[in-house]
Amino acid sequence: MTVAMPRLTARRFALRPPRPPIAAATVVLGLALTAVAWPSLFAADPLAADPLHVLEAPSAAHWFGTDQLGRDVFDRVVHGARHSLSIGVAATVIAVGAGILLGLLAGLTHRAADEVLSRGFDALAAFPLVLLALLFIAIAGTGTVSLIVAIGIATLPHHARVVRAQTLVVRQAPYVTHAVAFGASRTRLVLRHVLPNVLGPIPVLAMIGLGEAVLIAAGLSFLGLGPQPPSPEWGAMLSEGRGYLHIAWWASVLPGCAVTATVISLTVIGRHLQNRFEGRHQ
Amino acid sequence: MIEVENLRVTFRLGKRQVEAVRGVSFDIEEGECLALVGESGSGKSVTARSLVGLAGPAARVEAGTFTVDGRDVRGFAARDWRRLRGRFAGLILQDALVSLDPLRTVGAEITEVLRTHGIGDRGDRPDRVRQLLTDVHVPEPGRRARQYPHQLSGGLRQRALIASAIAGGPRLLIADEPTTALDATVQAQILKLLAERRASGETLLLISHDLAVVSRLADRVLVMKDGRIVESGPTRTLLGGAGHAYTRELISAAGGRRRVTTTAPGEVVAEATALRKVYGDRTVVRDVGLTIRAGEIVGLVGESGSGKTTVAQLLFGLTEPTSGRVRFEGRDFSGVPERARRPIRRRLQLIAQDPLSAFDPRWTVRRIVGEALPRGADPQPILERVGLGADVLDRYPRQLSGGQRQRVAVARAIAPRPSLIICDEPVSALDVSVQAQVLDLLAQIRADDGTALLFISHDLGVIRDLADRVLVMHDGRVVEQGPVRAVFEHAGHEYTRALLSAVPTLEGAA
Amino acid sequence: MIGAVARRAGSGLVVLWAAATAAYLALLAAPGDVVDSIIGDGADSPQIRAQIIAEWHLDRPAVVQYLDYLWRAAQGDLGRSYLLQRPVRDVIGDQLAPTVRLAVAAAVFGVVLALILAVVTRGRWARRVSSTAELVLVSTPPFLIGIVLLSVFSFRFGMFPVSGDRGWAALVLPAVTLGLPIAGVLTQVLRDGLDRALDEPFAVTARARGLTERSVLVRHGLRHSLLPAVSLLGWLFGALIGGSVIIEQVFGRPGLGQVTLQAVSGSDMPVVLAVVVLAAAAFVVVNTAADLAYLIIDPRLRRS
Repeated sequence: MTVAMPRLTARRFALRPPRPPIAAATVVLGLALTAVAWPSLFAADPLAADPLHVLEAPSAAHWFGTDQLGRDVFDRVVHGARHSLSIGVAATVIAVGAGILLGLLAGLTHRAADEVLSRGFDALAAFPLVLLALLFIAIAGTGTVSLIVAIGIATLPHHARVVRAQTLVVRQAPYVTHAVAFGASRTRLVLRHVLPNVLGPIPVLAMIGLGEAVLIAAGLSFLGLGPQPPSPEWGAMLSEGRGYLHIAWWASVLPGCAVTATVISLTVIGRHLQNRFEGRHQ
Repeated sequence: MIEVENLRVTFRLGKRQVEAVRGVSFDIEEGECLALVGESGSGKSVTARSLVGLAGPAARVEAGTFTVDGRDVRGFAARDWRRLRGRFAGLILQDALVSLDPLRTVGAEITEVLRTHGIGDRGDRPDRVRQLLTDVHVPEPGRRARQYPHQLSGGLRQRALIASAIAGGPRLLIADEPTTALDATVQAQILKLLAERRASGETLLLISHDLAVVSRLADRVLVMKDGRIVESGPTRTLLGGAGHAYTRELISAAGGRRRVTTTAPGEVVAEATALRKVYGDRTVVRDVGLTIRAGEIVGLVGESGSGKTTVAQLLFGLTEPTSGRVRFEGRDFSGVPERARRPIRRRLQLIAQDPLSAFDPRWTVRRIVGEALPRGADPQPILERVGLGADVLDRYPRQLSGGQRQRVAVARAIAPRPSLIICDEPVSALDVSVQAQVLDLLAQIRADDGTALLFISHDLGVIRDLADRVLVMHDGRVVEQGPVRAVFEHAGHEYTRALLSAVPTLEGAA
Repeated sequence: MIGAVARRAGSGLVVLWAAATAAYLALLAAPGDVVDSIIGDGADSPQIRAQIIAEWHLDRPAVVQYLDYLWRAAQGDLGRSYLLQRPVRDVIGDQLAPTVRLAVAAAVFGVVLALILAVVTRGRWARRVSSTAELVLVSTPPFLIGIVLLSVFSFRFGMFPVSGDRGWAALVLPAVTLGLPIAGVLTQVLRDGLDRALDEPFAVTARARGLTERSVLVRHGLRHSLLPAVSLLGWLFGALIGGSVIIEQVFGRPGLGQVTLQAVSGSDMPVVLAVVVLAAAAFVVVNTAADLAYLIIDPRLRRS
C-alpha cells in the first residue's frame, strides 16, 4: 500500500510551456513551410544581382538589405527555406525510417542480434555527430545528396536507440502479459500492442530531430560541404556574408536568424506535443 | 501545545485552486498521542505538514487560530519556521529509502540535524550519532552510521530515520505513515519503538490510512475525509460506537469481515508439484507444491521476497520452473511451448496489483473488455456484474479512479469464464473502503461462477476474510498450510505465529 | 570498484579497435582504388603510388594489410598525408594544442555558467527568462552566435581580435561561442535534476530538520542533479569536437577542426582516419571518466 503525498511544487507549472510562444512557433513554421512550397509568393528572384546596390543596409526596398553582389537578402532567405528545410526533412526521413527498422529489429529479435545492434547504436550515438557526417562526406564527396545521407546516418543511432528502448519497455509491460492470458500469438502481440505503443511517440521525436538536422545541415553548409554557391542555402549564405561582416552584418546575421527561428519553432512545438503526449499516458 | 482553528490549505495548480484542507480545528496536548486517520486525498498529510510550515511552495495556509508552542505562527517568516523544525518538532515520513538522502550516509544525515541546530561540537557529534542510533535500537551503531540507506534493511532504515528526527531533541514527533512501506513483522517493531518514544515523554502525532495501526498507540483519533474532520474522540469511544457512517466504514474495513461463501470444492483445476526456481545463484522458490480445486479460494501469504509472486508467474506460465511441473485443467502447463498453452489460456486469468499498467494506455474500456469476450459480444452486462455503468465504456484507463480500474480488471478477468483467476495483491494499492468493495466482488464471483481464486497477499487480514485455505511462504518455502481457521487459530510454524501477532488488529472495537 | 574500472578499460579497447577497423573499412569502401583514396587531391606520380603500396602493404594479402594497419595504429603511427607531404602524426600534433585550449576553456565556461544559472534562477520569473534564453541558445547555430559576438565585440567595440590564436584575448570569443550552447543544455538538465531532487521525500525530511532552502539545494539537491548531467559528458565531448570544427572556421583559428575540414575537402583520407581514431580514443577516456564520476557521486552503484 502506498500513500503518496501529492507532489505540489513549482515543477508542475514550470514544465507547461506558455501559450503565446506556441502560437508564435506555429506561425513561424507555417511561414517556413509556405516558403518551401511556394517561395515566389513572397520573394523575387534570389539570384538577381544588382551591382549598383551592393551591401545596402535593410530598408523598405530591401527588408534584409543586400549582399556583396547586390542580391536581395530577404529574397534569398525565403528561397533558402526550400534548400535548408528539404535537406533537413530528407535527412530526418532517412534517420527515422532506418532508426525504426533497426530499433525494432534489435528490440524484437534474438538477444544476440540485439546485443550486436545496440552496442553499435551506443558507440555511434556517443560519437560526435559532426565528425560522423564529416567522415561520410570525406568518403562520398561533397554535394547536397551526400550531405543529406551524411546527416541521416549521423542522427540515425539516436532514433534507433529510442525505438529499441521503447520496444523493450512495451514488451515487458504488464498489459502485454495480460494479452498473453487471452492466448494472443507473438505476431498479434507485436501488431496490436507493441507497434502502436512504440510508434506513437515517433512523429513528435522526429519533429525535434528535424530541428537538429536543420541545425547540422546549416553548419555543414557553412563549412562549404553542402549546396554550392550561388544556391541560397542559409548556412552557405552565412559563410559568404562572413567576409563582409565588418561592413554588412545583415548579410550573414539575418540568414542565421532564419535558421534559429525555424529550429526554435520546431523545438517548442515538439516539446509541447511531447508534454501533452506524456501527460496523456501517465 | 498546538492549537488550530479553522485551518484551510489551498493549492494553486496552474490556474486551478485546489482546496486540500477545508476548515479543520484541533489541538494537541503535551504528552498525548493523537492520530489523524483518512484515505488518500483526505488532506491528513497536508494538515500535518502545515504544522511545521512544510505544506509546499504552491500552498496557501490560512487559519483563525494557529499557535504552535504558544506562539502565533500566522505570518511566520521562513527563518521562524526553521527554528521550530527539528528542534520543536521532528518529522518521520513513509519510506526511509527515499526519505533519507540516498547519496549520503545515515550518520551524515543525523549529524546534519545536530550541526543545523548547533548541538554539541564537531568532536563529540560522532558519539552523539552512535548514541541516537542506540536509542532507536540499531545494532552496531558505529558501523551503521557509515552505511548508506540502501545498505540497510527496511526496518533499520526506518529506525535511522527516526533517529534523525529525534536528534534535535524535539518535543513533538510527527509520523506520516511511518510503517506503511514495511512488512507486518517490521511494522510491529517500529510501532513499539514509537510507543517507547512516547513513554519517554515525546508527544506523538500519527498519520495513517490504517485505523488498526493507530488504534494501538493513539489516545485520540481524528478521522478526516475530503479535507474535513468528520469525527473525533478518544480511541476507545470512537471504535466502540462510531457515529459517522464513514468512520464505521473504516472500522469495518480495518476490523475485517468474513465473507461466508463456502462451496464444496470440485475437481482439481491446477496443480503444481515440487516447483523450484533458481535465478543465477539465488533460489527463489524451493520445493513448492499446491493444488487448487474448482470453486476454492486459496490464499498465498508471505512478506516481500518470500517468493510468492514467482510462484504466481510459474503457475501462469510466464517463466519456466527450474524443476518441478505445473498442470492446468489436466494438461501440462510447464515444460511445453507457449503454442501448447494457447488453447486453454483463456481459462486462466490474472488480476494484478496495479491495474493502470495492466491496460494498454491507448485502449478504451470497451476495447479492453471486448478483447476478453467472444467477438461482437456486448461488454455492458459484464460491466454491470462488476458494478460499473455504461458511462465508463468509452473512457481510457487513466480517466478512471483506482477502484473503477480494479473493477474493469475484474471484468476483463471473468469475461472469458475462466476456471482459475490468479490475483496478485489485487487490493493492496486501494484505499481500505474500496478494498472492502473489491473483496466483496471477488467473493460474489466465486459464489456465482464457481471460479477458483489464488489470492496472493502480504496482508493476513485480507486472506482471513476471503480465503478457504491458506499457504504461508517464507524464504521460498511453504512453511505452513491448511484451512484458514486452523492456521489462524493454531499456527504451527513459528514464522506464521510471528506474522499473525504482527497483524494490526483493532483494539477495543465493539 | 577496481574490477569495474578494469572492465571499463577493456571495453574501451574494444571501442578503439572498432573505430580503427571502421575507419579502415571506410577507406576500402570509398569509391575507386584505395591508392586513389589515400592520395586524395595530392600530387600523383608513379613513385608516390609505389610508396603508398609499400607503406600500406597493398601488394600483400588483405589480412596482412589489416593487421599491419592495426599494428601501426597501436604504435601511434598514423601514416602519411600525401596531400600535405607530412606524417599525419606531425600534422595533428602541431594543431592539437590550440583545439585543446579552446575545448577546455569552452567546457569550463559552459559548465560554470550552467551551475550558476541552475542554482540562481530558482524564482518563477528568473526561471522563465533563463529557460527562454536556453532554448534560444540551444536552437541557434554556433556560427551565428560567433558571428554576432564578432560583429559586436570585435568590429563595433574592438575589444577582441577578429581572428587568430595569439594570446588569451583571442580565446575569449571562440570559447564563449562554443560554451554558450553547452551551458544551454546543461542548465536545462541541471535545473530539471534539481527540481526533481527537491521534490523528493528526502528533501522534505531535510527541510523538516530546519535547514535553509539554500542548504537543502547545495547539500542535497545539487549532488542528485549532477547524476543526469554526468551522463551528458559524452555528448559534451562530441559537442566540443564538432563545434570546434565550425568555431575555428568562424574565428580563423588554427586547430584540429581546420585540419579536419581541409582533409575532408581535399579527400585526404589518412588524416580523416587519424582524426576519427583520435576522437574515439578521447571518447573512451571521457566515458571512463564519466563512469568513475558516477561511482563517486552515487554510492548505490558501488557494489560491495
